[in-house]
Amino acid sequence: MRQTTVPEPKLIFEKSRAGRVGCNLPKCDTPSVDLSSILGETREDLHLPEVAELDMLRHFTNLSHINYGIETGFYPLGSCTMKYNPKINEMTARMTGFANLHPLQPVETIPGALEILHGVQSILCQVTGFDYITLQPLAGAHGEMTCLMLVRAYFESRGEGQKRKIVLVPDSAHGTNPASAARCGYDVKSIPTDAEGNTNLAVLEQTLSEIGDQVAALMLTNPSTLGLFEPNIEKICKMIHDAGGQVFCDGANMNAMVGTTRPGDHGFDCMHLNLHKTFSTPHGGGGPGCGAIGLQKHLEPFLPKPVIRTENGTIIADEDRPKSIGRVAGFYGQFLMEVRAYTYLMAYGKENMHRISKYAVLNANYVRARLKEVLPPAHDRPCMHECILTAEKYKKEKGVRALDISKRLIDYGFHPATNYFPLIVPECFMIEPTETEAKETLDEFCDALIAICHEAETDPDLLHNAPSTKIVGRLDETLAVKQLDVRWIPGAENKEYTRLRQAIQ
Amino acid sequence: MSNIPADLKYTESHEWVRIEGDVATIGITDHAQSELGDVVYVDLPSVGKTLAIGETFGSVESVKTVSDLYAPVAGEVIEINGELAAASELVNSDPYGQGFMIKIRLSGEVPGTLLDAVGYGAVAH
Amino acid sequence: MPYIPHTEADVAEMLAVIGVNSIDDLFCEIPANLQLKPGSLDIPSALDEPKLYAHLLDLASKNVDLSKVTCFLGAGIYDRYIPASVGAVISRGEFLTAYTPYQPEASQGYLQAIYEFQTMIAELYGCDIANASMYDGATSMAEAAIMSTSLNKRQKVVVSEAVHPHYRQVLDTYCWSMDIEVVTQPSQHGLTEAFTEPEAACYIVQYPNFFGSIEDLAAVREACDKNGSTMIVVSDPVACALLKPPGHFGADIVVGEGQPMGVPMGLGGPGVGLFACKKELIRYIPGRIVGKTKEVHGDKPGYVMTLRTREQDIRREKATSNICTNEALMALANTVYMIALGKNGMRSVAESSVRNAQYMISELDKIGVGAMTNKVFCEFVVTLPKDAEWVCGAMLDKGILAGLPLGKYYEGPPNTLLICTTELRTKDQIDTYVSALKEVLA
Repeated sequence: MRQTTVPEPKLIFEKSRAGRVGCNLPKCDTPSVDLSSILGETREDLHLPEVAELDMLRHFTNLSHINYGIETGFYPLGSCTMKYNPKINEMTARMTGFANLHPLQPVETIPGALEILHGVQSILCQVTGFDYITLQPLAGAHGEMTCLMLVRAYFESRGEGQKRKIVLVPDSAHGTNPASAARCGYDVKSIPTDAEGNTNLAVLEQTLSEIGDQVAALMLTNPSTLGLFEPNIEKICKMIHDAGGQVFCDGANMNAMVGTTRPGDHGFDCMHLNLHKTFSTPHGGGGPGCGAIGLQKHLEPFLPKPVIRTENGTIIADEDRPKSIGRVAGFYGQFLMEVRAYTYLMAYGKENMHRISKYAVLNANYVRARLKEVLPPAHDRPCMHECILTAEKYKKEKGVRALDISKRLIDYGFHPATNYFPLIVPECFMIEPTETEAKETLDEFCDALIAICHEAETDPDLLHNAPSTKIVGRLDETLAVKQLDVRWIPGAENKEYTRLRQAIQ
Repeated sequence: MSNIPADLKYTESHEWVRIEGDVATIGITDHAQSELGDVVYVDLPSVGKTLAIGETFGSVESVKTVSDLYAPVAGEVIEINGELAAASELVNSDPYGQGFMIKIRLSGEVPGTLLDAVGYGAVAH
Repeated sequence: MPYIPHTEADVAEMLAVIGVNSIDDLFCEIPANLQLKPGSLDIPSALDEPKLYAHLLDLASKNVDLSKVTCFLGAGIYDRYIPASVGAVISRGEFLTAYTPYQPEASQGYLQAIYEFQTMIAELYGCDIANASMYDGATSMAEAAIMSTSLNKRQKVVVSEAVHPHYRQVLDTYCWSMDIEVVTQPSQHGLTEAFTEPEAACYIVQYPNFFGSIEDLAAVREACDKNGSTMIVVSDPVACALLKPPGHFGADIVVGEGQPMGVPMGLGGPGVGLFACKKELIRYIPGRIVGKTKEVHGDKPGYVMTLRTREQDIRREKATSNICTNEALMALANTVYMIALGKNGMRSVAESSVRNAQYMISELDKIGVGAMTNKVFCEFVVTLPKDAEWVCGAMLDKGILAGLPLGKYYEGPPNTLLICTTELRTKDQIDTYVSALKEVLA
């Protein structure tokens, strides 16, 4: 990220001059028509910018210079799996034979696309150990929700829909878990984590003995958000099954398991995957996500439509699904992201798939070992693909919070780590290096963090005021909420603007 | 060290209550506002709503947290602090005064489980 | 492996620092019976980059993409021109490979672009505000419907049958899982009948609707006022460059699919859900919102994600939605598109689409194929003398994607066809279509 020479960026609206166009558009060669006789009332004003192509490109190039991506530098965000997004994936997704397909064109005209979808499904079935995969969900949380819909449909089909209305969620879970459960009409009950970082079996047992017959599902992240593998996983799945419930695996942390172990073998009934984490489709600044789900045979009748499957050796898009929960997305899911994921999966293949998890776990443990003096691990156990450290002593002794340390990382040229998640670790500092980072990058990062922790001891204000070298300093998020300004208003300086801003507030 | 006035009653969920005749004034404690940080929004019930003890009557938000508010006593809401809509920072600057949340007309006894200042002091630390 | 940089020496040094003998030792907490032998998965072998490229090119070439046929198929996903600048901007690594901008100091570029996106979507739809985008048009509509149920505490949504059938199917799925009743409002001659259903959380119409017709939004607003229902409009943003936008009719929430603005069709995904509404609803809306602020210790302006307490990572099961990601990259494509075309380009694209549709309607009429109405934006329904699926098959043999047969979606004889003309269709292509159809029907 370049910083010092970048001027304060103007909004594109401030660069607009009436009459300019940034694109050479086609001339219409059909007769002109009287628009209002056809459309009724047409609009008078339309405040969109008028900018030449070069000026627009400069605008975005300059904005890109004040934005950090994986290709800018190391992105240690825990829970996010910021691995390299190979360029070949971008090339294949842009092939006209994929990019220029209409979702409603006859399925007979898209055999290559169906082969991609079926190919991703087949490989992911193997990698996860589930009987079926659907690629319909559009993002991770959408996948969670779809899984719970399958669970709901399953219980409704058994006449237990009214009875089982509770979903158990560990206190370390991602916020999407309880939110997705609520979206499917479930009440959420939290299950605590024990001192070692595992699911508290005693509480789980107690809970199941009291309300086991009302439990629809347990949503479990494995490895947990604490970066730890749940050693009792088989037992937990059995406990839930014995109580008549289903077990959902939050697959956010699949990167620790690829090619090494399969959630489908652990006893889970369904899981979601984030192809944008584990299988390298780009995060794009917060989307598109891509949320495949895996499920065991008993949930298959309820799969969302269309179901991509083979029939007599031909791949079809099956819409005739009487027990289906219905459609969860407009068309076939995030198809061009599936092309990228397929390209990635085929680049690794049978021979290399396990290396993803092996090196991801190696890198996380290396960072953990290098930092243990300054930022002690929250748990004294080998971590999986990410390490959870605590900066509690700096808060207690110097009033320096984990967030301050993270913001100071920006001054050293790194993206911050994840802080304050999971919620149960005080001054949590969560680092997920991924397998695509070289040892020397990790060393530079660890050296920087060690230096910052020393600064925390000697000059805490340096951290409180960080970052100090970026285009902007720390921003006032309280002001952002109290004086909501979520759009530019034409004639921003005049009183119309003030009126609308006041109204929004 | 946060301010815990001796003349108020408290809950473990960090509400305070001031009883004057059959009217209870309710807010959140100095300790609570300091833990929350800058309060940016307070969601309050409508006047006339009847609350049971322990019932959620609203929520208070900072930039990155939101906490539910629980009724320490039972009764009917007779006043809400309208100032907070435009000036939620009063919860931070004057939690026991201008930053109060609601007033309730008591419908029953004040529960004996409410904490006094010493009891709440133990909870808050 | 090309994407894993570790040398043997690296691994040895790293293991020494960790204090274990092998990488496998780090997996000691996974029960042995659950661990796989490397290479034991039954999946294809790895392909090197040239072979990988060739394999994907082979799969791509099996498809009949729009470089091989002329597209008169629309129905929610449109064949519009994508300026070269759009691809150039969204391919930049700083945007493409960024995470969600939770750390504003390292994400000002993206945050400002989203602020510009929110501004232009709100403008196109004629609304006060817009969010940072949703998954796609269909899920955006479902989210709007669910939001309306929490606004007025009613458990019934009413949706016009002239709304895209797939959107309605997604709505059905979402509502089923939340115990919300869905009532379908009939249409006549391509227009939604007057809404009267009592106790409805919302009335949902599409504008232009699935059949291409322009609904009477003033009447919908009146019905909403009368019944205390939220007015939700699904709208093609490109049409809104020309039509009086839904927000100007007083729509409470306007949603839509952003794909026509610079996003490849890509078999329908990724698209981008648009979501705009009245300012007073801002605390209820799902998804991310970017706001402008300034430095804590200075006066420089900057952008942050704001009103975060609505979202799942803070409010958990009480969040306004479980949505976490938006479609940032596609929203960026929309942003570049709207700027590249600007005010005049957007109008020109919309107007060309209308002209092409009008020309095609009149030419089809000459061969005896009548349109249901000509009061349409860029799509229209014709009734054919033969089965529409069969006609489409015959037209495809002549290199034309003729449109969408409606028999699968609506009751009635299977001979109606939905045809779409974007600005990319030319007079020649339309003439070719008409003469081909004449031969097919002969």
